[in-house]
Amino acid sequence: MANKNNEALKQPIWVNNPVVVQILGICSALAVTSQLKPAIVMGLSVTIIVAMSNVIISLLRNTIPNRIRIIVQLVVVAALVTIVSEILKAFAYDVSVQLSVYIGLIITNCILMGRLEAFAMQNGPWESFLDGIGNGLGYAAILVVVAFVRELFGSGKLLGFQVVPQWCYDHGYLNNGFMIMAPMALILVGCVIWIHRSINKDLQEK
Amino acid sequence: MATKKFKCKVCGYVHEGNEAPEKCPLCGAPKSEFEEIVEKKGLDTGSNVYTIVYAAVMVVIVAFLLVFVSSTLKARQDANVVNDTKKQILTSLNMRNVSDVAATYDKYIKADMLMQADGTLAEYDGEFNTSYSTEFKEGNLHVFEADVDGQRKFIIPMNGQGLWGAIWGYVALDADRTTVNGIYFSHASETPGLGAEIKESVKFQESFQGKMVVDNGEVGLKVVKAGKADKNSPFQVDGVTGATMTSNGVDAMINKVLSAYIPFLTGQCGKEGECSGDCEKHHNVE
Repeated sequence: MANKNNEALKQPIWVNNPVVVQILGICSALAVTSQLKPAIVMGLSVTIIVAMSNVIISLLRNTIPNRIRIIVQLVVVAALVTIVSEILKAFAYDVSVQLSVYIGLIITNCILMGRLEAFAMQNGPWESFLDGIGNGLGYAAILVVVAFVRELFGSGKLLGFQVVPQWCYDHGYLNNGFMIMAPMALILVGCVIWIHRSINKDLQEK
Repeated sequence: MATKKFKCKVCGYVHEGNEAPEKCPLCGAPKSEFEEIVEKKGLDTGSNVYTIVYAAVMVVIVAFLLVFVSSTLKARQDANVVNDTKKQILTSLNMRNVSDVAATYDKYIKADMLMQADGTLAEYDGEFNTSYSTEFKEGNLHVFEADVDGQRKFIIPMNGQGLWGAIWGYVALDADRTTVNGIYFSHASETPGLGAEIKESVKFQESFQGKMVVDNGEVGLKVVKAGKADKNSPFQVDGVTGATMTSNGVDAMINKVLSAYIPFLTGQCGKEGECSGDCEKHHNVE
């Protein structure tokens, strides 16, 4: 049992990563990765929400009518996100301004629906919780990698601090504006998948 | 419900009775290949009634939960929004990172006024407003009067459209009603690293300082394409690099809002004897 829990937590971080293997949550991975800070915040929020909704759905799993299970999942996620957003607005206004549109984006994040449907509907609350944490962190990891590259080469900064020194600009170095555009995020995610597949050879499609 | 059901693991044949048959009538598998089908206890979760009741109960619970959360937190949230608006107004006076916003606001902002058609100001007696785009549409042109170390400033709230959504800002003018003392912009959903720089980049906001708003009775202040601003012009400001659409939005916002304030901006400088600006030099008092 302990082994299975371990799997539920560790699998999604690398071998069964939600973004690069399950190809879930790509849309938000494009939207929030032009800078490192929103990427980290988004990664953490998704982790918390996936874990919480996984637990709730897992507790309800034996009572949910099969024919409306997707609707029930959606209602749980939407209610949870709305409540979290309201609480943030009341007690951490600055954070909620920071998150602005991203918090709404969490509802539409495919990882949530994917994990609820594929895992929480069949497993107990504790495993589901670990699965949520694992998938959230796996998602966050990809976001951070992509955002790191995009912010570094796109604006010469990391977490808002200038890291490319001024003399580079004086000698003709330019920030790569294309890095900030959404297509570049797609290309970077593609590169990450490429690297990931060449390490995990058994994932390669024939 | 006295009879039990037994299923053959080999072929799937279902036998009803108190005990499994000696031999499967279909495939001939022995008794040991049969297993009892245990009916799930409790409600039939597949039935229509259950589904409808479940959905109804869920909706009611969630609705109550949301109403409860929203109504208990409303007061706090509104206070936060008011606080944040005051903070933005103070930022336009170049007071960044103020810790006690409410007290600082009360200290510096002396009055919340409305511009009348003839350009004079009248006291606004409503509650502190947080949505200046609605106020602007309704023709309530707010002007905040501030007193910073004995110097009179006027703050005008602005609102407009960026690339993806609403943008807004506050411009603080000196007592001459045309020199920009400070400016602050914010936005709802501009691209981080590009359009969002109108809010994040202090450098961009500071590049407005000392510029002139009124040029010959019209709004002269312009945001031009990054790097194209004429250094000698008192009216031109460089836009944000790579965010032409948002910069254009800022330019359109300044033009739209301040045009409506022209009667005030070109009017006399407040009450007689109080003017500290060099009026004759800056605008066309007829």
